[in-house]
Amino acid sequence: MKAIDIVKISRSPERLKALDYINYMCKPFIEFHGDRLFADDPAVIGGIGQIDKHSVMIIAQQKDRNYGMPNPEGYRKVVRLAKYAEKFKLPLITLIDTPGAGCGIEAEERGQSTAIANCLLEFSRLKIPTLSIIIGEGGSGGALALSVTDEIWMLENSVYSILSPEGFASILWKDTNRKDQAAELMRMTSYHLMADGFINKIIPEDGGELYHVKNEILSFLEKVLPYTAEKNLKKRYEKYRKVLGR
Amino acid sequence: MILDHFRRKKYKAVKNLNIQPDILIQCPECSAMILKSEMFDNHKVCPSCGGYMKMNARERINLIVDKDTFIEYFRDKHLRDPLKFPKYKEKQLELRKKLNQDEAVICGIGKINDHKAVIAVMDTQFMMGSMGTIVGEKITKSIELSIKKKLPLIIFTASGGARMQEGMFSLMQMAKTSQAIAKHNEKKLLYISVLTDPTTGGVSASFANLGDIIIAEKNALIGFAGQRVIKQVTGTTLPEGFQRAEFLLNHGLIDIIVERHNLKKTLTDILLIHNHIQNTKKG
Repeated sequence: MKAIDIVKISRSPERLKALDYINYMCKPFIEFHGDRLFADDPAVIGGIGQIDKHSVMIIAQQKDRNYGMPNPEGYRKVVRLAKYAEKFKLPLITLIDTPGAGCGIEAEERGQSTAIANCLLEFSRLKIPTLSIIIGEGGSGGALALSVTDEIWMLENSVYSILSPEGFASILWKDTNRKDQAAELMRMTSYHLMADGFINKIIPEDGGELYHVKNEILSFLEKVLPYTAEKNLKKRYEKYRKVLGR
Repeated sequence: MILDHFRRKKYKAVKNLNIQPDILIQCPECSAMILKSEMFDNHKVCPSCGGYMKMNARERINLIVDKDTFIEYFRDKHLRDPLKFPKYKEKQLELRKKLNQDEAVICGIGKINDHKAVIAVMDTQFMMGSMGTIVGEKITKSIELSIKKKLPLIIFTASGGARMQEGMFSLMQMAKTSQAIAKHNEKKLLYISVLTDPTTGGVSASFANLGDIIIAEKNALIGFAGQRVIKQVTGTTLPEGFQRAEFLLNHGLIDIIVERHNLKKTLTDILLIHNHIQNTKKG
């Protein structure tokens, strides 16, 4: 399959969304709202729940709410709930599905840059096990903000990139028609990112995605608990520290 | 004087003036023709309208750092091209030769009115100051140097954002630099971020906006999304002064706007106050 075809699949409205996974895995799940500063961003879902016997914090981007494009208040909610998870030693799982961070006049007025930067900074030091799963589109800084984690997994037909192939072609070649070529060059599919060492696991899309995701999360939780913060923080730091081109 | 004529607005549209280009320079703000020496002596602030021209990294260092005290660190000899992007290596080589510098940031240790600091200065001459792996690595090393030497850190940003030609490798530099700042924070060291024109995209959304103190230069463009993209997405016209330093100050996003002429003095004062705190602690 061509990279651009995977991009299309990753964006399909028919795809499973964050809430499909949450509702399948968690019983109970209680959604929390708001950044305690300005508003509640519906594009970001966050709350506590149990997956079998494990209590966890889940933070996710919901594609059918404002296209899954969080505004600054969304990213501030992310940090608030991540700190909550740390306080109560809940493992943090993020589900990523966004074309990018919210883009508009109001997002800039409320400090989109600062909100994302703070996510990166806070996630890097969380003293809890953290896992992110790209379930659809992983668009640029808007996705990265939720994925500075111990492990990153991708659904087989999801993508993760610095920009959309359309944007990439537009910036570098002033020609959005070259998006196919851009997608190929950008190494944005799960297989490319695995080969380049950015992700830890590819979840097959054979119709059993809900089941696979839940099962893999359960093995992850059993593997990382009990948790030693010191060692993990160092490992997480090293992972990003060593990213250098070739 | 004849030059005064050129400064008048009615001459603004005149192009192809038959004047030696190495003597005169046109202000990008008011279009006045200014004597180059006069503009440079004035730290690239237009004597006619007060508008700012972009400073490159060397000029910035000359403005801020005490003469002959800057020692450059972390010059990188490698060429990185993780996506094998067409003609990218050639472009890097060409710029290295032309500008006599390795990348879009110059890092080192220098003194500001006798206060020692780790200083990193970004440079838009090198691919719009975009952050690829080498820029991310040099910024990170500077942060680590500041931790190791227990010195204050000052970063002057000027960047269009993450460097597209290096794809995910560039995006990850946002995480790499931000986590280094997190570590720096834990050591209780001072980080002053000075945002200059422009500071946007992936640089804006990482270390640039994580300073203990965030200073911006007058009228600097600072923001996450590009204006063309925002216009396209929202279908509205953007308000006057949108994403400029004054706009950010009004929305509570930065600490202070400092005139270029006062920048060294302001940095000195901040370092002085913080040194005093350090010395008091030591007893």
